[in-house]
Formats: sequence, C-alpha cells, structure tokens
Amino acid sequence: MSKEVLLKLEGVVAGYTRPVVGPVTFSVKPGEVLGLGGPNGSGKSTILRSITGMSRVFSGSMHRAPDLTLCHQWQRPELPPELALLGSELYSLLGADPKDAPALIRPLMTQPLYRLSGGQFQLIQTLACLCSPARLVLMDEPTNNLDGRSLDALSAMLHQLDPSRAVLLVSHEISFLERHCTNLIEVGA
Amino acid sequence: MIEILFDPIFRVPFLTGLCLAAALSLVGAFLRMRNEWLAALGLSQMAAAGGMASAFLGVPVLVGAFGAAALAMLVKAALPRVGNSHYALMILLGWSGTLVLGSYMDHGQVIGESLLRGQLYFSHGGHLGGALGLLVAVVGAFRWLSPRLLTARFFPDYHGANRIPVWPYTILFALFTMTAAVLGTISIGAFPAFAMLFVPSWIGFVLVDGWVRSVAASVVIGAVAYVLAYVLAILIDLPFGPVLTGLLVLAASLRFLTAIRRRNVELSGDDLHFQHLSPPRAD
Repeated sequence: MSKEVLLKLEGVVAGYTRPVVGPVTFSVKPGEVLGLGGPNGSGKSTILRSITGMSRVFSGSMHRAPDLTLCHQWQRPELPPELALLGSELYSLLGADPKDAPALIRPLMTQPLYRLSGGQFQLIQTLACLCSPARLVLMDEPTNNLDGRSLDALSAMLHQLDPSRAVLLVSHEISFLERHCTNLIEVGA
Repeated sequence: MIEILFDPIFRVPFLTGLCLAAALSLVGAFLRMRNEWLAALGLSQMAAAGGMASAFLGVPVLVGAFGAAALAMLVKAALPRVGNSHYALMILLGWSGTLVLGSYMDHGQVIGESLLRGQLYFSHGGHLGGALGLLVAVVGAFRWLSPRLLTARFFPDYHGANRIPVWPYTILFALFTMTAAVLGTISIGAFPAFAMLFVPSWIGFVLVDGWVRSVAASVVIGAVAYVLAYVLAILIDLPFGPVLTGLLVLAASLRFLTAIRRRNVELSGDDLHFQHLSPPRAD
C-alpha cells in the first residue's frame, strides 16, 4: 500500500448477520474529502461501521495506514435526556480544543447537553470530530437536522481541512456531496 | 438522647455508611450517564438473593452476595444487547430468590428483611475497610475512568476504531458497580443502596452544570442525605434504611429549583444558544 493512502477497501462486502452492501472498492488519501452517495438503505452507514469494527466484513480486504487515527460522527446521535456534560467537555473528549470551535457554536460550549436541541447536539459532535486530531474523519449524514448557518459552519470546516487529514463523508444529499467532495462514489448503484 | 450519636459504638457504622454514601453516589453518577441506573437495583436484588443463599448454605453472606452479583454481571456481559428488560428480570429474580430461600430457613424472614432494609448498626471493621477501599478506589480512578466512559457513551466505536482496548475500563467499572451494589446491600440494604445509587445524580445532574461539578454535587447530596438520615433514625428511633430512602425521595424536590431557574432564564431571554442559532432553513 502506498504511504499516501490512509485507508483502502478492496471488494469489501459488509453487513451484520448477513451481507447488506458491497463489494465496495475505494481508497482515501490525505487532503481528500471522499463522498459516499446513494439512496437511503443502500448500506452507506454500514460501510463506515465496517471501518470502525461495528459491522462485519464478509469478504474483501481493508488496509489501514499504520498510524491511522479515526473519528466517527454517528448519524442520529442519541441526546441524553439529563446529563450535565457541557458542550466544551464533549469537544475535549476527542482531543479537540473548544477554543477552535466556530463562533456559531461557542455559546453552546457552556451549555449542558440536555439543554441543546437535537440539531445543536449533532452539530457539536460533528464539529468535535472535525476539530479532533484524528487523521480520518468518518461523517454519517452530517447535514441532517442542521439549519442554514450550521450548514455554513460545517462547510467552512470542511474547506479548511488540514492537508494531512481526510474525510469520508456519507450523505444522501447529492448537492452537498458535489459541493464539498474531491471524489464521489455511488453506493448501491 | 443526643449523646447516643457520639457513642463510640456507633463510630464504625457511621463511617461505614458515610463512605458508602459517597461511593454509591459517585458510581450512581456513572450509571446514570451510561443510562444503566436500573442495573443498580437489579444487582442489589441479586446480591440480596446471594446473601440469603449464603445463609442457607452456611457460608459468609459476603461470599454469596458477591457470587450472585458477579454471576449477574457475567450474564450481562455475555448478552449482545442489554436493556431495561434484562435489568427488570434481575430485579424480579433477586426478589423472588431472596424470599423463596428465606422461606426454607427458621430465621429467613429476619435475614431477608435485614438484606432488603439494611443492618448498618451491625457494621464492623471489615465493612468499614471495604467501604473505605471502594471509596478510595473510585475517587482515585475518577480522572482516568471518566473520559473513557464518556467517550464510549458518545462515540461508541471510538476506542475500537483506534484499536484502544476497552476491557481495562469496562472491567474496572463493572467491578466498582458490583462492589458498590454488594457492600451497599449488606450494610444499608438493597433498596436504600439503590436509592443512593439512583437519586443523588438524578438531582445533581440538573442542579449544577458541568460533568465534574455535577458529579461532585451528587456526592454531596448523597452524603448530606445520609448524615441527616443517620441522625434522624437514631434520635427518633426509626429504621435507618427506610428513613434514608424517604429523605432521598424528599431531596428530589430540589429538582424543582432547577425548573424555576430554567424558567427564569427563558423569561429573561438569557438563553444564549437559542439567540445564536437561526431557525431551520426553508429548503
């Protein structure tokens, strides 16, 4: 595997009790924002989960750079009903510095999570992943539940991505993928 | 009457309960954060059944209580997904086991009641050593354990994806939970122990903002409720366990303070995060 490749999937068939997606082949290099598009239910999230070990790889191979660090932003994260953890504390869990947070979400940093809306909670999680030191960020439908200004903040962060890092972005919103991705792969096509 | 509080005979029981109040409140905060608070009642009930089984078999109560709680933890770990339904089954099995085994013994009813209601006044140096050891261990591990458990809660595959072993903190927390449930059940009783695991963080998490501060608030609430219950139970000659449980339930009214504060913030328009985020985009 070339030194420049962070992650390479070759003919990967992934699923849970049975295969649900694949075979899929792609590689992610530093500086890339690779988009995985496709309709709902096509198995895009399952591919991300196969990379983190949460779903099963039935066949094919997966190669990771030896020093690869990962962060996975989950689709529909569960907002705890009553938890006093502050936005800044959630940010710090991933090694992200709350001072690097975009101005839009700075007021949320001093709020406990249970006072946030679902969209605000998702935005903090998403931006925490992007601000973390992880070299590869896996993003699963990050645009869900976001308002216009939040989408702008997310777009700005994607454009400011450090060239040594990469993003694997899953979305069913093809226009968002086209605006932000350096390469696009259609899953389930 | 008040001099009885300072009687040397009550020192060890008082200190045992105080250590347990702090340790159980702290472990309870983690359980609430992980949404596993019902597991605490399940483990307490299983420990009570194990304690009864020990009396039935003629072995030390601590052995049976730990054995039953460990068995429950192993089953919990072996199941692919554990939820409230499984914890409810643990509660029912523990309750049923305690009473059925008790019915086979001459003093079964007395033993069963002491396990469910507590026998703090009979605590000895061994109990105090266990409670103090648990408290020191949980407080000592807090800074190491906290970020790991929080990360696992909000980013469930983070450690696995980065090939960071999850077993050290998973096993350590399981040991803390099991020990808290067992020592709590033996000393202050199954239901009072559950109340101490459940209520303080329920109040603390909405009373104070910030993880460490809210956990500290939970410990203070647990300790203050314990001291008040201890004094009241001795001075008015009431059973300690039910007094503690009742006081903790009454303390839950502190949550109303938060509701009032939150309403005042909203009325004053001081709620920053709603000012700074615009409404959803039309498209």
